[in-house]
Parts: sequence; C-alpha cells; structure tokens
Amino acid sequence: MSLLDVRDLSVVFQRRGERPFTAVDKVSFTVEPGQTVGLVGESGCGKSVTSLAIMGLLPKRGNKVTGEVLFEGTDLLKLRPDDMRDRRGREISMIFQDPLSSLNPVIPIGVQVAEVLERHQGRDRKQALRESRDLLDAVGIPDPGRRLSEYPHQISGGMRQRALIAIALACKPRLLIADEPTTALDVTIQAQILTLLKQLVDETGTALVMITHDLGVVAGLCDTVNVLYGGKVVERAPRHELFAHARHPYTHGLLNSVPRLDSPRGERLHAIRGSVSDNIPWVEGCAFAPRCDNVVDACLEGPPPLEPTATGGDLRCNNPVSEEVAAR
Amino acid sequence: MTTEQTDALIELRDIKVHFPIKSGLLFDRTVGYVYAVDGVSLSIRKGETYGLVGESGCGKSTLGRGLLRLVEPTDGEIIFDGTDVRALKGEAMRKARRRMQMIFQDPLSSLDPRQSVESLLVEGLKAHGLADDKVETNRRLRETLEAVGLPASALGKYPHEFSGGQRQRVGIARALVLNPDLIVADEPVSALDVSIQAQVLNLLEDLQNERGLTYLIIAHDLAVVRHIADTVGVMYLGGLVEEASSDDLYREPMHPYTRALMSAVPVPDPLVEDRRERILLAGDLPSPTNPPSGCRFHTRCPWAQPTRCAEERPELRDVVGGHRVACHFAEDIAAGRIRPHEVEVELVRPVDGTGPVDPPGELIPTP
Repeated sequence: MSLLDVRDLSVVFQRRGERPFTAVDKVSFTVEPGQTVGLVGESGCGKSVTSLAIMGLLPKRGNKVTGEVLFEGTDLLKLRPDDMRDRRGREISMIFQDPLSSLNPVIPIGVQVAEVLERHQGRDRKQALRESRDLLDAVGIPDPGRRLSEYPHQISGGMRQRALIAIALACKPRLLIADEPTTALDVTIQAQILTLLKQLVDETGTALVMITHDLGVVAGLCDTVNVLYGGKVVERAPRHELFAHARHPYTHGLLNSVPRLDSPRGERLHAIRGSVSDNIPWVEGCAFAPRCDNVVDACLEGPPPLEPTATGGDLRCNNPVSEEVAAR
Repeated sequence: MTTEQTDALIELRDIKVHFPIKSGLLFDRTVGYVYAVDGVSLSIRKGETYGLVGESGCGKSTLGRGLLRLVEPTDGEIIFDGTDVRALKGEAMRKARRRMQMIFQDPLSSLDPRQSVESLLVEGLKAHGLADDKVETNRRLRETLEAVGLPASALGKYPHEFSGGQRQRVGIARALVLNPDLIVADEPVSALDVSIQAQVLNLLEDLQNERGLTYLIIAHDLAVVRHIADTVGVMYLGGLVEEASSDDLYREPMHPYTRALMSAVPVPDPLVEDRRERILLAGDLPSPTNPPSGCRFHTRCPWAQPTRCAEERPELRDVVGGHRVACHFAEDIAAGRIRPHEVEVELVRPVDGTGPVDPPGELIPTP
C-alpha cells in the first residue's frame, strides 16, 4: 500500500454569480514511503491547491473537493475536523513558501516549536522546550539555546525557513509537503535549505512532496516528477527519464525555454508562445493546444487521456514530441 | 582600467550610496549608515549588455537607481556620454533622463492602473515635448507597440487587462517610446513564469539588435544574466567582487563568492545535479549597516586566510585579460594552492543586532 494515494482529486471554486472554476482536475498520484515526489508547474496550474486540499486547509466555503486522498488507506477527505487536526503536524506536515507570514510574529520561536510537541506528544512546556532546542540544532540554527526566546523578526529569512522545517519535522511525520520552500530565498540560502531537506529526508525516512516551479530544484531532489498544466497532470516520469526525454510538448518547451548555466551561450531561447490565459477548458480539448507546436485535430476534440508510456511514466498527449527530438 | 576608452556610454567612478539611519524623538539624529553601495566603478560600452548579479541586499538595485539618480549617490561620478550627470541640475537633468530609461520588476505595480496604455506611453513623450504632432505621435505609439509585440488595439486597454508577460511588454514599450540610449532593467523577468521569461528575454535581445540599445540588466538569476549579458559584474555587500565577460566568468569564476553562487544554482538536469560539487556558504549575508572589516566576504569565505583578508579591503584588479577580481588570493585559489576550509557560522541579524543601537532602519528597496 502506498503511503499517500491521491485518486481523482478535483477542486472546484464556486462564487455566486460566477462560473465555477476548476483549479484541480482529477489529479491522481501516489507517494511511497521514503520517496520524494515533485509537483511542477507554473502559477495557476493547481499545484498549491492540490497540497492544501490534501492537508484539508482549503476554506470551508466556496469550493468543492471531490475524489479520494488515501493516507495509509484512510481517506483524509472523509475525516472529521478533529481527527484531521490530530494527524496534521504529527503524521503529515507542511512547509510553506514565505516563512515570515507562516510564523506567528508575537510568539517566540521556541514556543512555536514546543507547541507542536505539547499538542501531539503530550510533553509539558519545559521538556518540549528542551526538545525544541535539539530540533533547532538539528536544522542548523547556530546557538539554538538563545534562539528559543527570540521572535521571527529577529532572525534572517534562511533561519526562519529552518525554524519552520524544525516545526514540521518535530513529530517525525511520515509525509512532508513542501510548497515552494525556497522560492523566497536567495540561491546560496536555497542551496543550504535544499541540502538540509535532502539530508533530513534521508535520515528520518520521511516521504516528501515537493511543490515547485523550478525545474532545477526538482532535478536534484525528486524521484518521480508530476508536471501539471491547467489543473491536470500532463506528464509523469522518473526524474532521469523526464529530463532526458521530455515527451509532452509543454514539458519539452519548459525545459528548452529556461536559460541554463551549462548550456552554450548566444543561442536564442525557445519560448513557448502565448500565455496561460490562452488555455481552453479541458472539456473542449487539450488545454495546452492553443500554445502547442505539435497540435493535431484530435487535440481540439476532447481531453486526451493520461496513458502509460513504454518507459514507465504517464503521458497525456495525442502527438508527443518524438523520441529523437526529446533526446536532443 | 577601462576609464580611458572612448566608446563607453556610461561610466561610474567610485559610486557610493549611503542611507542614513535616523533616530531620536525631536531631532533626527543620524546614528549610522546603511552602506548600500560602497565604492563601485564600472563602465558600459555602447551597444553592450552589462549584467549585474548578486543576492538580495547586495546593493544591485540601489546601484541601478543611483545611476539614474532616482536615489542621489552620496559620492562618486557618473559620466554619461561625456557629460557628468551628477553636475546636472533641474531642467537639464530632466532632459537628460530621456536618454536613460528604466524597466521595473513588477509591471503591475509600476504601471498606473488608472491609465490606459496610450496615456502611459504619451506621458513620457509630453514631458519631453515630443507629442506636439498628433499624427506623428500616433505613428510612434503604434510602431513602439509593434516592436514589443503588442497589437495596436492595446492602446485603449488598461494594465489589468493584460497577462503578466504582456504587461511587462507595456513596461518595455514605455521605456522604449522615448528612444533612449540606455535602459536599466531591474529584474525584468523575475516576476514572470518560466515560459514567459524566455519570450521577454528574446524580445530584449531583438530590440537591442534593431536599435543598438545599451542595457544594464540587474538580476539575481545567474542563468538569465549569463544568457543575456556580454559583461557580468558580481556584487556582494555593496561592492563589485568580480567582473568579466560572460563566457570567462562562467567558465572560470575566480572570486570565492562567485564560485559559491554558481555552484548553488540548480541545473535542470539530474545527471549534472547528481555529480556536481556544491560550495555551501555558511550563514547569511552580514548587515550592510556594519559590514565586516577588510574583505567583506571574509566572514563566510571558505578560502579566507589569516593574513590580509580581515584587515585589507581588496581592490578590483585585473587578474587575467580583463577578468577583474577583488580577492587578495585569486591566483592562489585558481591554481589550487589554497584549499577551502570549514567556516564557523556567525549569527546575522536581519536588521542590526551587533551595533550599539537597534534602529528601525530605513529600508533599502530591494526585490
């Protein structure tokens, strides 16, 4: 049994007087224990909404979540709010993009870490604080004893993100969801945080779902990568396979449009034309069709199915990039 | 030095921008300075693209703004096409601004939401007395829009009606309509999605080829800068630490900071990622209110030596064929005579915890 099995998860936002908007459209993926899975896509592709739906953190009103989120066989979507609260932070936890807005500005760091241990493991304040000290130490915060009584604004952005990781890992969860954990950070700090995450995941055996727009981050970290476009998974592959032979025109275009440090200079970038606003709804065809160079008639007749490929991945495309071109 | 070259369009000599930190109830006492830019000299040739990279807080944006006198430099000279820009006053400065335009990071906040594209573009023309002939103005607007890849129908639209990439095109059109010589672009693509970034980068390149523009591109993304720039300058804590042609810099970074920076950039290729060696820097950027003595990087430098590094601020010197590096030991590091060592992490306060006061501080606007 997979640790996390997301089946046909859909999130539809509804506002009175407006047409419902499908942010996540029947997304399915699995996470095995100890595995690192990437969800990649641009803004608006539904990657963050997927993670919020898994964690049960979407607002109560204005949206409809359907499908199943099986965590070790239990459907998280059917749990009572109390039961979900017991699991959140203990079995599944999450790291957000902006550490300053996800930490409470008026509570010392130490208390914020200790809180999790008190809530889930029944520690008293004194012991929880002692354990918090070790946790801060483990995530590489210098002089952790003194940091306990300090407030988020007193430490730097990289240290705040470390504190957030300490909170997320306090109860040794089996699954950690990281939503753009390094996007707000500088590259040298990003390298520190990614190295730390990798090391902690290896040590504790925690499974990691990495949500990011940065293909470079995925390349170094994830075992399997899911590429999302317009709320659907368009391509899924083991990372070596994906980066060596991206078959979906979107993935292929994305890889070709980023300037790389190690590619020859002076070549023009192959931009994907148009923008996300050109998308057509999935019911009418492939959402990417208006921007796609490989478009065929079938693309505008209905959504192409997600089909397994010969190389162990899945692909949603009528006319994928040929093997020769994909291999470059 | 390149100072004697005649083909330099703009030249900065020892530019400093210091922001005073005020404190006190009745009388604003200056209790310290944020040394945002502290002695930068560089020159950009006509038709060249100069890329300025560095992490947030290194002073790259302040330098760009200081160059246009959007913040007044504390000290130093700015020579633009033979004239000393800092000596210009009032009307003369305003006139000179036509030739130096800026593109901002976030097109949504840098375009007035209540102005149509036409009004946004005409505003600059009017300010410089170039909008007298209606037919001519209209032709100019259409031509500019076409150059940035927007339809003429965009003239009547408002910024919120465009997508992010199109909005940045409007921002570029606004800079372009005055027919400038120099464009300072501060993080022109960092607010855009990856698939859109490539479109805007290609556009900037095309415009340069067509119109012979000179660019100063400020960005934190090394891959973007490498792609677009001819010459790259790397900044750390208010100073240039390395400057070289784009190819040289990326082939052989010589300053320890540049090396660490480049090794930290993730490459979208698992084969590369799996076997590359990372130089992980310890700790955070020190506070610019109280920069370290000597070489500003010595507190985090894995190659720092017990002599000179903490006492003497290294000058930006020509090491090999125009490759300028501000490091006492650049040659020794390149030859492998000095090995990297462990660095003790020093605690850094986001504002300032080390000085005698803990001031609220004036914010330096950096992305």
